[in-house]
Amino acid sequence: MENQNLNLLDRALGLDGPSEPWPLSGRVVLIEDCVETSGSFVLHQLVKRSLSPTSSNVIIFVAFANPFSHYDRILRKLGCNLVTQRDNKRFIFFDMLMLRCPDVDEGKSSEGGLVLLYEKILKTICGLPGDKKDYVTIMIDDISLVEVAANGGSDYVLDFLHYCHALTSEFDCSLITLNHEDIYSSMERPTLILQMEYLADILIKAEPLSTGLATDVHGQLTVLNKGTSHRLGRSGNKIHNFHYKVKENTVEYFYPGSRV
Amino acid sequence: MADTICRTLRDGGLEGEHAPALTIKDSKASPFGFDVFNYVLTQLSNYILAGKSQSRGLVVVAYSRSPSFYVDLLKRRGIDIASSHDWIHILDCYTDPLGWKNWLIDKDISQEASSLSSFCQDVRNLDKLYSLIIEQGLIGQGKDRFSIAIDSVSEMVRHASISSVAGILSNLRSHDQVSSIFWLLHSDLHEIKFTSVLEYLSSMVASVEPFNQAAFGQRVDLENLSMLEQNFRKGKFHVRFKRRNGRVRVMCEEILVELAGIKFTPVLSEDEIINQRLLPKVQFNLQLSEEERNERAKVVLPFEHQGNGKPIQIYDGRRSLGENKEEALVSTGKLQPDEDSGKGQIIYFRDSDDEMPDSDEDPDDDLDI
Repeated sequence: MENQNLNLLDRALGLDGPSEPWPLSGRVVLIEDCVETSGSFVLHQLVKRSLSPTSSNVIIFVAFANPFSHYDRILRKLGCNLVTQRDNKRFIFFDMLMLRCPDVDEGKSSEGGLVLLYEKILKTICGLPGDKKDYVTIMIDDISLVEVAANGGSDYVLDFLHYCHALTSEFDCSLITLNHEDIYSSMERPTLILQMEYLADILIKAEPLSTGLATDVHGQLTVLNKGTSHRLGRSGNKIHNFHYKVKENTVEYFYPGSRV
Repeated sequence: MADTICRTLRDGGLEGEHAPALTIKDSKASPFGFDVFNYVLTQLSNYILAGKSQSRGLVVVAYSRSPSFYVDLLKRRGIDIASSHDWIHILDCYTDPLGWKNWLIDKDISQEASSLSSFCQDVRNLDKLYSLIIEQGLIGQGKDRFSIAIDSVSEMVRHASISSVAGILSNLRSHDQVSSIFWLLHSDLHEIKFTSVLEYLSSMVASVEPFNQAAFGQRVDLENLSMLEQNFRKGKFHVRFKRRNGRVRVMCEEILVELAGIKFTPVLSEDEIINQRLLPKVQFNLQLSEEERNERAKVVLPFEHQGNGKPIQIYDGRRSLGENKEEALVSTGKLQPDEDSGKGQIIYFRDSDDEMPDSDEDPDDDLDI
């Protein structure tokens, strides 16, 4: 960790400390974005950090949005080779692009599909060698598509997320999910996203600047880090806010007004 | 004031009365309800262990955190459950609430229950849940009463209807051996109807509100960032108590969330805010202005010694003033029995000057009507 170029996002997430124990262990991270400001770059950044050579993390990546090749291409530009990681069993990819669990018959209900997905994740974790079992990160890209896969059954999605949350407590793994805030903005009571916000220990919001569009700044990130009570020595609730610009091979993070 | 809540839960209910019930409610703008819940849980546990409470045991119905979380929480607050846990039992509705683990093909993955907690694998069946709670509460307690803590009624209502949740809570409250009960609710996840139903069921409603109301819901910018930061560490705590005689009392405090837990501090000028809220909105002016307050302070009350050096004449109604002045004289100065003129005197001790009218202390409070 010390050798790498740490940016503001890493610091906001507490990734600037020692990499063992992994600061995000046992924690739930929710990334919220919208059409104007996509938050997937945060997910890619977290993949890169999780797979850094100094950590022993294993990622179970549940992909509803894009195929493996998409993530591979992007992470390569960020300096991370997903093919090698997949071969090393550090990056386990669940291809959910057909919006259904690969082993499910057509006749099964939406709930049944999610139960099987949960079972698959659980089995994968249990099947890991002993030393790797404690360093699992589950990433889901993204929750709105899980809802589509469940035919709009947001209750089933919440049940599924609850069971994933139980995994963080059972195995000390971290859970990182992405959802789009603007999909729910027209609802009077957007239960799904509200529930996810209550579940999350860390909320990362990517939104446009309040002043509108700009060429040098693509948006702002607000990181709400609720200090979890089960980790002594961690600081209390903290808010971080900074701007970012997405470039070809990297993302730049900077405080407002600090760029010339 | 949060301690007042804990003491009320500690004291429990009288024979034949429903157990006191507390609703803790919060919202996304100020999500500290769980910290308040943990505070109340810890306090009540301390009272139970010290033998100071009506209840001898506690059942925690855990929906949103695992049993091990509560074990760790209480351990950090100095209560070691692992060594002696006759008094507490955790009903685990968190690990496998819908029985998904039963569906698993490979049963080896399922967990073992410990002696401290037991599983509930079907949270949709509230009758079964009710029996489980009562069963756990009565184990080892015999005829003793026990308290119940439900860590998320919001989770409970996801799997059951509003009426069945209201039903189970009402049944729990009215069970003879339940001493007190409290639960947490996230108000923005539900219709107002559900929140209102729960508030009607409770004898105390504690709501956590944002410190800066205006900052919520807006896009973050430099101006509201500091307000958002404040909202993230501080909040307002309003508690509404329903007394036995039907009177409602409202109190207010500030919350500060720290790593070690949550802290409650009194709000300055609390009395004014509360008095203003309790005054009904009518066309009469029921409040006093500063001038009126001063004038009232100047009024000389009968039989009161003003101590201004002059003799005071009191008209006793039988003679006209000025005729027999000696008899009407009253000695001046407060508390001077030596100068007793030998005639009858009334020594009047004025009540405390800062006793406001409509003070919150209800003298009829101890009546058991």
